[in-house]
Amino acid sequence: MYEGAVQDLIDELGRLPGVGPKSAQRIAFHLLAAESVDVERLASTLVRVKNEVRFCTICGNVAEADQCRICTDTRRDPSVICVVEEPKDVVAVERTREFRGRYHVLGGAISPIDGVGPDDLRIRELLTRLRDGVVTELILATDPNLEGEATATYLARMINPMGLTVTRLASGLPVGGDLEYADEVTLGRAFSGRRRVD
Amino acid sequence: MPLYRDEAVVLRVHKLGEADRIVTLLTRRHGRVRAVGKGVRRTTSRFGARLEPGSHIDVQLHTRLAEGQQGPGGQRGLDLVTQTESLGAYGAQLATDYTRWTAVSAICETAERLTEEGEPALRLFLLLVGALRALVEGTHPSGLVLDAFLIRAMSNAGWEPALTECAKCSAPGPHTAFNVAAGGAVCENCRPTGSARPQRDSVDLMAALLHGDWARADGSDDTSRREASGLVAAHLQWHLERGLRSLPFVDRV
Ligand SMILES: [Zn+2]
Ligand SMILES: [Zn+2]
Repeated sequence: MYEGAVQDLIDELGRLPGVGPKSAQRIAFHLLAAESVDVERLASTLVRVKNEVRFCTICGNVAEADQCRICTDTRRDPSVICVVEEPKDVVAVERTREFRGRYHVLGGAISPIDGVGPDDLRIRELLTRLRDGVVTELILATDPNLEGEATATYLARMINPMGLTVTRLASGLPVGGDLEYADEVTLGRAFSGRRRVD
Repeated sequence: MPLYRDEAVVLRVHKLGEADRIVTLLTRRHGRVRAVGKGVRRTTSRFGARLEPGSHIDVQLHTRLAEGQQGPGGQRGLDLVTQTESLGAYGAQLATDYTRWTAVSAICETAERLTEEGEPALRLFLLLVGALRALVEGTHPSGLVLDAFLIRAMSNAGWEPALTECAKCSAPGPHTAFNVAAGGAVCENCRPTGSARPQRDSVDLMAALLHGDWARADGSDDTSRREASGLVAAHLQWHLERGLRSLPFVDRV
């Protein structure tokens, strides 16, 4: 245990995902030894990200305005929506350069055992987007693990009767993984080989 | 025993750090075990697919504790998964069927809640594997498989609902009143106010599920299935301190 501010910092850092007590301590002492300007820049970035970054009112991706850059880009194909779990998955798909449509970020996956059901995700917002008939294809790019698969299954079952083409990324993505860890080539291949789900 | 091997079903998975996963297992001989699967979320991991909820595996684990020894606070701490072989990828086969997937979730959560870390629970383990296998085979409606598992798991935990005799005075039945707090069917003398009056068929269905009389269970109608599953759920929630999170999400058709 350290005194006051140092311990507070270690505690705060320890609450971050993937940071254990040892790493928290290492980062805290790194910050203590760092130049003041560097620490101030980090602190102001943290405050700015919370104040300025919002979630796009259309797709749920991170955005600096009401709507994100992808939703406002008129060169993107409005007829295809790629459904992902998290904003970081948008980045992963963008890296492949295979996809020119728009996104919908669910904010997670259905996981009954964790108390997360369909109503806890941005599914209602997705249905609203499909209503005007502009969208003709929905690509389900949830994580290639069981929660992701079950979420895709749920969405396909609900959306198929609406007459849209619903596709799922091709296998080749090993089951059990996170979308963000798929390399560009594999993920790109999964996109071009996507199959219809009925 | 730094290294040990067992048969297990993956009940729950959690993300840990960058690419690892904490898995909660119900093992055949060592009871509930929590373990870390290193790197399993990388899509290059061939391990990952076997450490998914509902997977029946043969697993080798590494522990820092000697046989019979307990960690601080009675917690065993986390073991490390070092090898797995698939014995049945039940979860993976059921994730593409939403109705059955939600049943898997409720079955796994119940198994987790009714077991203790490091305490063998062979009978529950066998019930669990049997229920998952039955869901994959699809010979019985998934709602019935789930309710059969729940009612038998409760019976195994010592909370078997009274279905014929009165739960309070053991007067021979059948009785028409049912009270979860009293322990099941109750006679007219013992009946607390506010007891339910389920249909006879619903209580018969519960008995069929408890005793594995599938011919009778499969022949039941929707009304009694709905009523029986409501009573089973209420009975289970009564005995658990916290309700099951997955039960409200079970997709009943
Ligand atoms: Zn957007
Ligand atoms: Zn009585």
